Amino acid sequence: MPIIESKQAAQEYDVIIVGSGAGGGQTAYTLTLAGLKCAMLEAGRDYSPEMETAMFQAPNQAPLMGVSTPDKPFGFWDATVDGGWEVPGEPYTQASDDPGSKFTWWRARMLGGRTNHWGRISLRNGPYDFKPYSRDGLGFDWPISYEELEPYYTKAEMLVGVFGTNEGMENTPNSPPGVLLPPPKGRAAELYAQKHAKKAGVPIVSIHRAVLTKTLDADTIPAKLHPGDKKAQKIVGDAMRARAACFWATPCGRGCSIRANYQSTTVHLPPALATGNLDIIPNAHAREVLIDGKGKASGVLFIDKTTGKEARVKARAVVLAASSGETVRILLNSKSAQFPDGLANSSGLVGRYIMDTVGASLGGQIPALENLPPHNEDGAGGSHFYSPWWLYKEQLAGKLDFARGYHIELGGSRRMPGGRSPVSADSSEGAYGTRLKEEARRYYGSHVGFSCRGEMIPNENSFAELDPDVKDKWGIPVLRWHWKWSDHELNMATHATKTFAAIIEAMGGTVRGTVKTGKDAIDFGGSIIHEVGGALMGADPKKSVCNAWNQTWDVNNLILSDGTAFPSNADKNPTLTIMALAWRNAEHLIEEMKKGNV
Amino acid sequence: MNASEDSSPRIPRRTVLKWFAATTAALNTPGFSNFPADAAAAEASGVAAATGYGTDPKVNQIYNPGDFWPLTFTPEQKKTATALADVILPADDFGPAASSLRVPDFIDEWVSAPYGSQQNDAKVVIPGLKWIEDEAQKRFSKGFADLTPEEQTAICDDICWPRNAKPEFKEGARFFDKFRQIAAGAYYSTPEGWKAIGYVGNLPLVQFDGPPQEVLDRLGVTQTVA
Ligand SMILES: Cc1cc2nc3c(=O)[nH]c(=O)nc-3n(C[C@H](O)[C@H](O)[C@H](O)COP(=O)(O)OP(=O)(O)OC[C@H]3O[C@@H](n4cnc5c(N)ncnc54)[C@H](O)[C@@H]3O)c2cc1C
Ligand code: SF4
Repeated sequence: MPIIESKQAAQEYDVIIVGSGAGGGQTAYTLTLAGLKCAMLEAGRDYSPEMETAMFQAPNQAPLMGVSTPDKPFGFWDATVDGGWEVPGEPYTQASDDPGSKFTWWRARMLGGRTNHWGRISLRNGPYDFKPYSRDGLGFDWPISYEELEPYYTKAEMLVGVFGTNEGMENTPNSPPGVLLPPPKGRAAELYAQKHAKKAGVPIVSIHRAVLTKTLDADTIPAKLHPGDKKAQKIVGDAMRARAACFWATPCGRGCSIRANYQSTTVHLPPALATGNLDIIPNAHAREVLIDGKGKASGVLFIDKTTGKEARVKARAVVLAASSGETVRILLNSKSAQFPDGLANSSGLVGRYIMDTVGASLGGQIPALENLPPHNEDGAGGSHFYSPWWLYKEQLAGKLDFARGYHIELGGSRRMPGGRSPVSADSSEGAYGTRLKEEARRYYGSHVGFSCRGEMIPNENSFAELDPDVKDKWGIPVLRWHWKWSDHELNMATHATKTFAAIIEAMGGTVRGTVKTGKDAIDFGGSIIHEVGGALMGADPKKSVCNAWNQTWDVNNLILSDGTAFPSNADKNPTLTIMALAWRNAEHLIEEMKKGNV
Repeated sequence: MNASEDSSPRIPRRTVLKWFAATTAALNTPGFSNFPADAAAAEASGVAAATGYGTDPKVNQIYNPGDFWPLTFTPEQKKTATALADVILPADDFGPAASSLRVPDFIDEWVSAPYGSQQNDAKVVIPGLKWIEDEAQKRFSKGFADLTPEEQTAICDDICWPRNAKPEFKEGARFFDKFRQIAAGAYYSTPEGWKAIGYVGNLPLVQFDGPPQEVLDRLGVTQTVA
């Protein structure tokens, strides 16, 4: 496998890809299968889910029973390596210490990036989500429509494997027949919530997640993805055959050694490497994009973290996919006489209009779920059901005090216990001895949680810029974050928590804690880890940074293929859209290179 | 066995070597900027200071308490903690006693950990172990571990529910609550604890059937996914 050191890099590549997550992985896949020679720079270390994932370890086999610590914020076995809310030696700063302006930034520094851990929830944006400004006068339209991106959603779903159902709900697109894998059965708490949430007017349906509920059809899918290209079909077919179906145990957040869910490292990178056209340079932290005399991107300057020294690699085109914040940072740090305000920034919009997802949550305890007979509910290592946004009509009729939608992610299952006590002192009146064990058994599986994942409208006050003073351990200026929620988001959070309380009540349960509203209910900016935006795509070079194929207007051989170019952030989790866009961008780049335009 | 192994019976030599290797690795990492000064000072003085397991521990492996940082319970504290853990989680029809599942070692690991949250817990647990010892001496002129079950219960009943504890038992109640949380967290981290609570899983299956009919009937629901 050509995982190489920086000194082994070739003289020149066709394309350099910065970042190896969903965006970088998809880009490498599409370009290398088409025959382009690519180098991938990844700031983190090489990582092998097949070898490194702790699949069946029990909590009593980990330090502190696996609970989260500052070193591993999502617990000991979390697939995230060298990452978290803080990365040692790589700080970021806040423009304000007002809690409402806080932005918290999750970064992964490893091959595959955040896709090793992510929740695998894979939803398509709907037609409205590409034209939000046209619908309600807020934010920005995308320069492309749902119809234009649809073929790439379908290809991405076929390649990575996504389970779910077609419900035909408003602005919640169906996939073409036969594309989605079968949904997993509902768990007790999920079925109970589904039945009773109807009383609160909330529909609950099968979620879409990138987990193989059966093996991919390696005999037919490759020909659909790469018509007429036998070599690509063979490589992709082999990669699909190397993935097992989910065996209904082990939490997906640890990663999957049998490649049954999507990680860039198990799905995108193996076929890309198998082409022989990809060199991956791990421990390579991109610092700036290099520019030639004609104002074109000519390569990337990076820190070889194994030596601490600077190195360069050259190419005919550069694709940035380092995650929105980091891509913005690289652009702003790529200053030159030609581009004194940072690269591709003639509009002054690089770093502007960064969005996260609106988060708010509430838990409840449901007596009907107490003392259920033991049964296996591990399932597909994450949620099976969710609620797509269901109030488009009410919103259109002006009945809601916020403009956009949210979906509900629900949790509740008899998942692996351990680490934290299953019983709190207050819920059991101080039980100890055999009575404690009775209480533990009674309460286990009876708790449910509901989380809002809602659309944030881009605003002038949420952006990132270079901090004038603070630098990282290599002396590279870091990002300073500005953040502000508008009333749309705050009112949405209130609506969500009240809805959750109504569902919990409809289930005959009691709310745990208090039902918070507005700024008390909403999670900090960044905490849902869906940061997108910062270099919007648009139709007008003065009002956007990228064109409809995410080439930057100023430098046409520089392409942004993570979430940076999103002009809006629908409630649908961003990653499937990042893949679809990256695929489309890469196909366009191939065409433009063939034509000699790039 | 050589002399250096004998000198520190509670910390196996291979563990010390592991800490040493971790420390050295940290120092060798280019640009590693947040290496704590006190750990460096401790190493200079020849004492292995407790640091965390870092942002990239090898996770696909089985660990035991004491592998990453030294356990710090004194023999007396361990004795009290063991007795109390077994009062809270005794052997019964649900499963074995806490001590047979190494729960006291996990509590020791917890209160010895170099992380802020656990260190805060240690500030409650360590004085609490002394409080309950003193209380046992005061009431029965015996150590807590040597009390009869009735005597142990007499003390625990006064401190088991923070909301109802009398003012003189507030400190004891705060301790009991914290100790119980950690002990139960550890107990249910084990396969025996899983059995006790009714967790069935962590086993590869060919297909996932969802809840059995008996469960669906009790909840009055039907399986909605074909
Ligand atoms: C806990 C959690 C749950 C999530 N759940 C979901 C979900 O259910 N559904 C969903 O759609 N999304 C989810 N996400 C978000 C999802 O992980 C991201 O949207 C996705 O990974 C974005 O892909 P990316 O390629 O843009 O960035 P990343 O996956 O972050 O990859 C970027 C890569 O670039 C590297 N890099 C950064 N800077 C540099 C540099 N200067 N030089 C070289 N390399 C660099 C990083 O090390 C990283 O490997 C979740 C994220 C987390 C953390
Ligand atoms: S639940 Fe399935 S997909 Fe998820 S990690 Fe386990 S085997 Fe892999």
